[in-house]
Amino acid sequence: MSDSEATATVDISPEELREEMLAIYPPKTKRKRQKQILVNDPDAIPEIAANTRTIPGIITQRGCTYAGCRGVVMGPIYDLLQIVHGPIGCGFYAWMSRRNLARPKPGLPNYMQYSMSTDMMEEQIVFGGEKKLRQAILEAYEIFKPKAIAILATCPVGLIGDDIHQVAREMKDKLGINVVAFSCEGYKGVSQSAGHHIANNEVFKNMIGLDDTPDQGEFTMNILGEYNIGGDAWEIDALLKKCGITLTATLSGDVNYSQVCRAHTAQLNTVMCHRSINYIAGMMEKKYGIPWFKVNFLGADSTAKSLRKIAQYFDNKGLTERVEAVIAEEQAKLKPVRDEVTARCKGKRAALFVGGSRAHHYQDLFADIGVEVVSAGYEFAHRDDYEGRHVLPTIKVDADSRNIEELHVEPDPARYNPRKTPEQMEALKSQGFTFEDYEGMMKQMKKRTLVIDDISHHEMEKLIEAYKPDIICSGIKDKFVVEKMGVPCKQLHSYDYSGPYAAFTGAANFYKEIDRMLNTGVWKLITPPWEKPS
Amino acid sequence: MTALGKGAALKNERCYEEVGGDPVTQNACKLCTPLGACLAFRGVAGCIPFLHGSQGCSTYIRRYLISHFREPIDVASSNFHEQTAVFGGSAVFTAGVGNVLRQYQPAVVGAATTCLAETIGEDMERLVSDLQKANPTTVPVVHVSTASYRGTHIDGFHDAVRALVAQLAQGGAPLDRVNLFPGMVSTADLRHLKEVLEDFGVGYTLLSDYSESMDGETWSRPEKQQPGGTPLADIRLAGRGKASIEFGRTLAGRETAATALAEKFGVARHLVGTPIGIRETDRFFDVLRLVSGRATPEKYQGQRGRLLDAYVDGHKYVFEKRAVVYGEEDLVIGLASFLSEIGVTPVVCASGGRSKRFAESLREAVPDLPAETVVREDFDFADIEAEAARLKPDFLIGSSKGYAMGKRLGVPLIRVGFPVHDRIGGQRIHHLGYLGAQELFDRVVNTILERKQAMSPVGYSYL
Repeated sequence: MSDSEATATVDISPEELREEMLAIYPPKTKRKRQKQILVNDPDAIPEIAANTRTIPGIITQRGCTYAGCRGVVMGPIYDLLQIVHGPIGCGFYAWMSRRNLARPKPGLPNYMQYSMSTDMMEEQIVFGGEKKLRQAILEAYEIFKPKAIAILATCPVGLIGDDIHQVAREMKDKLGINVVAFSCEGYKGVSQSAGHHIANNEVFKNMIGLDDTPDQGEFTMNILGEYNIGGDAWEIDALLKKCGITLTATLSGDVNYSQVCRAHTAQLNTVMCHRSINYIAGMMEKKYGIPWFKVNFLGADSTAKSLRKIAQYFDNKGLTERVEAVIAEEQAKLKPVRDEVTARCKGKRAALFVGGSRAHHYQDLFADIGVEVVSAGYEFAHRDDYEGRHVLPTIKVDADSRNIEELHVEPDPARYNPRKTPEQMEALKSQGFTFEDYEGMMKQMKKRTLVIDDISHHEMEKLIEAYKPDIICSGIKDKFVVEKMGVPCKQLHSYDYSGPYAAFTGAANFYKEIDRMLNTGVWKLITPPWEKPS
Repeated sequence: MTALGKGAALKNERCYEEVGGDPVTQNACKLCTPLGACLAFRGVAGCIPFLHGSQGCSTYIRRYLISHFREPIDVASSNFHEQTAVFGGSAVFTAGVGNVLRQYQPAVVGAATTCLAETIGEDMERLVSDLQKANPTTVPVVHVSTASYRGTHIDGFHDAVRALVAQLAQGGAPLDRVNLFPGMVSTADLRHLKEVLEDFGVGYTLLSDYSESMDGETWSRPEKQQPGGTPLADIRLAGRGKASIEFGRTLAGRETAATALAEKFGVARHLVGTPIGIRETDRFFDVLRLVSGRATPEKYQGQRGRLLDAYVDGHKYVFEKRAVVYGEEDLVIGLASFLSEIGVTPVVCASGGRSKRFAESLREAVPDLPAETVVREDFDFADIEAEAARLKPDFLIGSSKGYAMGKRLGVPLIRVGFPVHDRIGGQRIHHLGYLGAQELFDRVVNTILERKQAMSPVGYSYL
């Protein structure tokens, strides 16, 4: 999709702006930041120093390992009872603070409304917290009788030497249910990304594969890395159903524990958020023979493209026809609003700094309505999410990444079952079909757009001053400072408590909201009449 | 749901004794200690809060404060990693504060610890002196120890305010000034308190004043951070005040900003309850009259009179109603005092705090509180809900965290305190003084009327 002719239209040069951003930093900080602020060239993608430590005192958007594990990947599994082991703050902050919604299946509980914590006190810090953890699990079990329990560690746990994995084993034996411990102490790794990896490992080792009962559908698949923010997964699910495709599991959005345990029975894995869940995709491929490829259901044109690719994979005439009919019908329904919004928004400029995939995915929604992206960056992504998976072999494993276990996975002796024969795979590949294929954000961004990894408050301020974007997409921590400066800011973590934005139906919501934000009259009222020149 | 709440019957008393508390906290009615410290520091003009520990703490705390205030707040961090956790964080502290000084040119840096730093035993005094050696600065770096396993957000707030005056206030000839330490109140409360002090015509140090820094205007020019806050110069002068007034009955017997000033500079401490409702506000105005040596301005006679008049007008709707009150201990005490004077019976008064003074202070403030009212500290929302389900109140009053409980029980929730993140204007709910009580009273009565109207098949239009 790259088009090197199409360069970003900005008044000041990106090189100049980059220099301005870096100017205030002392030499060491500057050396580091200059590798994270790059002028893009989709035809010769520069190397970005992503997934490196945030410099102390630079105010970052990034969260911690615990947040990535507890909040992002584990949080949405609604009938898995999750107990946070640590002092109270971390447990409290993960209490419904992400908008991963759930509509539990009949008869299943929804534990997402609960924030369970061992609420460690000084006694436990000094004498150890295992005893309180055991008691907490017993008490929680007595109250809820859950099918499975997760124990999530916070910073002090590793430091005081509590063996949560031993406690998990003991409790598993005692209660006869699955109890899984996650060593996701906040200080591990450089961001929440480490927590995603830890969650992936434990879910893969201790949940996926526990139940071999397949779904009944003719075409079954999983979506990995879709968290049902604002109901996105529901839109995708409805769309796939309409096409005749059954979703076995969405990891992790509106998903229950038994769906996770059966995920390995699906015929295909598709990946939305590559950053947070590519590990599971890769491991399931190795162990069970399920191929995976990247999809994006954000943006009408991307949704159509993703659907077509799924149909092509299943290689079934009926399915292909249904998919084409659904695309035609949905695009036609969407057209009036898309045209209307495009007429008002075309040529406006956006910048996105969010997530590990969102800063990329939402560019497709903006493209649908003619909004140009002048700058973008992730909070916690790695080089492959920027530059494409082809750089994977060249990524240096540093001390922080080495802390996170890399599982060695072998094909399952009984259940390894390649979903496609080698001939079928070859046939697909010869048609240009790609597997394990994320080409990254920079390939799709225009030449001379500014790519900024882990943007700081100072850099955001400079960007606004220089580029005056019409809209910025970010998270709650930046939203209000951006709006103080007179630029509307759309939160792409919580969707400003609206959504869904996925699939065709969700796209309409997004177009209308962006239109409303770009064209509201409120910004014109900022200067009072007595300060206006007479 | 099978498990609506733990309930008394499900309590495992043996567990409770063995681990010195309820083993599992289910939906806590408290937040973590450094959150309170960050907010207190952000109420100082030009101050950047700085958390020594993992970056997740600053991110979560920012996220949480912002969801209530809908305002930006920057909280820097020393960004601990595995090695720092093992070998100590002096180097990252020095580097981090250095970067903050360079980027923000702050007037003050407010450094608080996280559980991580506390667990490895970081000595903040030493870190600040290391910093001064490595990177001498004239910008004061105030430090406070805020392990979350030792307290709640309120403790962090009070300890940060104490650290500010203990480390910054200076002595000298007494001035015609008073110090006011209101605790963690709303931005509307802070603005009201400033107006009261100004109307009394007395100089003052109000700490911590985030009325503008956390509830500000749109910017006509770029700023490093939201303007406003207690000026550093005012904190310096706190040692020369005539007296300190501190809100919060549970603070008796605890070391606070006012006790620090009393010890160091002999500034008299006056501890009053958080002034919610007429009785507690009367006490505050009495002390203010006494320490300022000035008569109560007439304006407040008027506010008090109108409030009483409203109490009379609305009494028929609220008397004999029953309420569940939860939140920070001193907020609950103030609310209970207010509710009981308008004829509402608080049937549950609960907090996640652990001051060990809650019941005693509450009964002192509200002598007419029925003996059977459930008064508990160290309660979580499961405990509160179990009691509420048993006692069937007419309304709940407390933070947004009671929303799910209210929904399940079919009981309306009147949102006050912190956090209020499911309504616009949560940061500027006015609780304090006669005017604050007026607003609370109107909201309580109207909640009851709205429900009455909604439930009535008749459709009364005059109430």
